[in-house]
Amino acid sequence: MTEQLRDAATAGGDVRLTGIGKTYGDFTAVHPLDLTIPQGSFFALLGASGCGKTTTLRMIAGLEEPSCGTVLIGGQDVTALPPYKRPVNTVFQSYALFPHLDIFENVAFGLRRRGKKDVKKQVEEMLDLVELGPFARRKPHQLSGGQQQRVAVARALINHPQVLLLDEPLGALDLKLRRQMQLELKRIQTEVGITFVHVTHDQEEAMTMADTIAVMNSGRVEQLGAPAELYENPATTFVANFLGQSNLIPAEVTGRSGEDLLLSASGVRLAVPAARCTTEATRIHLGIRPEKITIAHASETVPDGRNSLTGTVSDSSFIGVSTQYVVRSEAGQEIAVFEQNMERDTRITPGAPVVLHWNPAHSFGLDAAQAIDAGTGEEAA
Amino acid sequence: MTTTTEAAPPQVIPLDATKPRRKLTAYWLLLPGIAWLVVFFAVPLVYQGSTSLQTGSLEQGFKLTWHVATYWDALDEYKWHFVRSFSYAAIATALCLAIGYPLAYTIAFKASRRWRNVILILVIAPFFTSFLIRTLAWKTILSDSGPVVGALNTLHLLSITDAVGLTSGHRVLATPLAVVCGLTYNFLPFMILPLYTSLERIDPRLHEAAGDLYARPFTTFRKVTFPISLPGVVAGTLLTFIPASGDYINAQLLGSPSEQMVGNGIQKQFLNVLDYPTAAALSFILMALILGMVTVYMRKAGTEELV
Repeated sequence: MTEQLRDAATAGGDVRLTGIGKTYGDFTAVHPLDLTIPQGSFFALLGASGCGKTTTLRMIAGLEEPSCGTVLIGGQDVTALPPYKRPVNTVFQSYALFPHLDIFENVAFGLRRRGKKDVKKQVEEMLDLVELGPFARRKPHQLSGGQQQRVAVARALINHPQVLLLDEPLGALDLKLRRQMQLELKRIQTEVGITFVHVTHDQEEAMTMADTIAVMNSGRVEQLGAPAELYENPATTFVANFLGQSNLIPAEVTGRSGEDLLLSASGVRLAVPAARCTTEATRIHLGIRPEKITIAHASETVPDGRNSLTGTVSDSSFIGVSTQYVVRSEAGQEIAVFEQNMERDTRITPGAPVVLHWNPAHSFGLDAAQAIDAGTGEEAA
Repeated sequence: MTTTTEAAPPQVIPLDATKPRRKLTAYWLLLPGIAWLVVFFAVPLVYQGSTSLQTGSLEQGFKLTWHVATYWDALDEYKWHFVRSFSYAAIATALCLAIGYPLAYTIAFKASRRWRNVILILVIAPFFTSFLIRTLAWKTILSDSGPVVGALNTLHLLSITDAVGLTSGHRVLATPLAVVCGLTYNFLPFMILPLYTSLERIDPRLHEAAGDLYARPFTTFRKVTFPISLPGVVAGTLLTFIPASGDYINAQLLGSPSEQMVGNGIQKQFLNVLDYPTAAALSFILMALILGMVTVYMRKAGTEELV
């Protein structure tokens, strides 16, 4: 079964969206966008609800008619084709399993519609791949959420699609099962080599599974790249805040020293490598991830070559592997710090004066023209 | 340790006490329904049963003589009434399904939320007038000088229905067609509403999933929508067929004596001939036949297999 799926995968090609967009009356769900999803990749469309990610997926599936643009799958223009003529299959949110058919018939559905022979053997092999062999004669409602999810994947994969589309497939599962299924889906994708396009609002899920993530916001792709690249070099405040957590410190560029830009944040002198600054503007947001900051008592000395800020601890919470601090800087800004619980300084308690320092190469600069709280989920509408 | 064992008993006692009370509540809630059934269904049923086995006349009084032959005589005398009852009801049920399914489908999947309510109100709107008035209105509609006969004549359709035996003498009123039309019209809402309820519950994503899995729209209907709506089809056909086969108003007002159904026979025996045993026996035969047919039908439809 795996070999057959691999053959189907190599016969396929890239998914190319050119200028594809969707409007409903006055509302633009997806602004015209260009996207190329390379064959065999695990591609995630990540964004908050209503950002247009599901609409984009449905346009690839043929369930939604684009207002403009074209969809190409493996070089073939499928824009005008109905879903049942496209070489793609979808794993639906909440699975949409047929309640009147048993698991076997659910999985066999696509094969039977195309008049395939050898249905029994293929279905049995597919059920083995998703480890549901013994459940073939059960009805969907007799299975757990995780099992139903695997049926939905099997039902789509058995058709050897060139592209498998997954619409929030793990949204209905509890956290532990979701983690397990993420690895399971990743395993299946690696095994069969088919292009997976996965829609999710869960940034951790996207980072765990995908080779490439497209972060979407209000119908536009904000940034496209590998998970680590997006995390380390966010291009916009939205990506910085939505993908993980970021401290964004308003600062002004005051000069340049070698490879570094010199900054002043409410009078405190900081630096950021010019290469890690996505803007030429003089007013920027200096970004630093909470786990990249070292926290020390104010009496300690800061090693040379590191950016530092002083402040007082306003809150600390112990969460096992790490402790999360909220530090109020002298300029009055709240800065989050995650510190691994290795050698805890017992003096660092709420109210204690502290110094925060980090390697300038770990920080990044973003144009201050953007909303500083975009993507935090708390931004002013 | 000792403190916990001491603390436990007071918690256990109220828990035990509430259990039987909860069970009793269920019985109290059932009581009105059971009382209603006993007084208006079980008692009359037993009374009718005994009447059907009595002999005598109104003047001399009826006596329970276990005269089972009444059943055979009634069945023999009214066998064509039974045949008509069940065939008219079956045709009307089939027509209701043919008319009601597309309508229910449209309301459930195609109509906007606002139109959905409007159409549903229109479906039940006829109930605001009495059954009798509506059937009388059909008498006018189907009359010899009415629009239906005129239109059918122009289209030369009456020659066809005449040939098939649905109508006779180029008229509609007082023919089987008129009775079937009346039955179809009067019981249509009982078909549409359960169909709508079962269709409306179907997740539209199932249609998308079927389309995604290479089913064309008609295949999606045949393999997904219709099978899932089967409980509604079964409920609708039962709610139409059962009352239609016992109906006598439509045959009375829209038919002639040669279209009379069992209901007309029962009515005649009870109210005109005053032969109560025969009337009661006819009622029991009708009930038994319907029960038998429904049982076979439910077995065939296999509703328990469905969600």
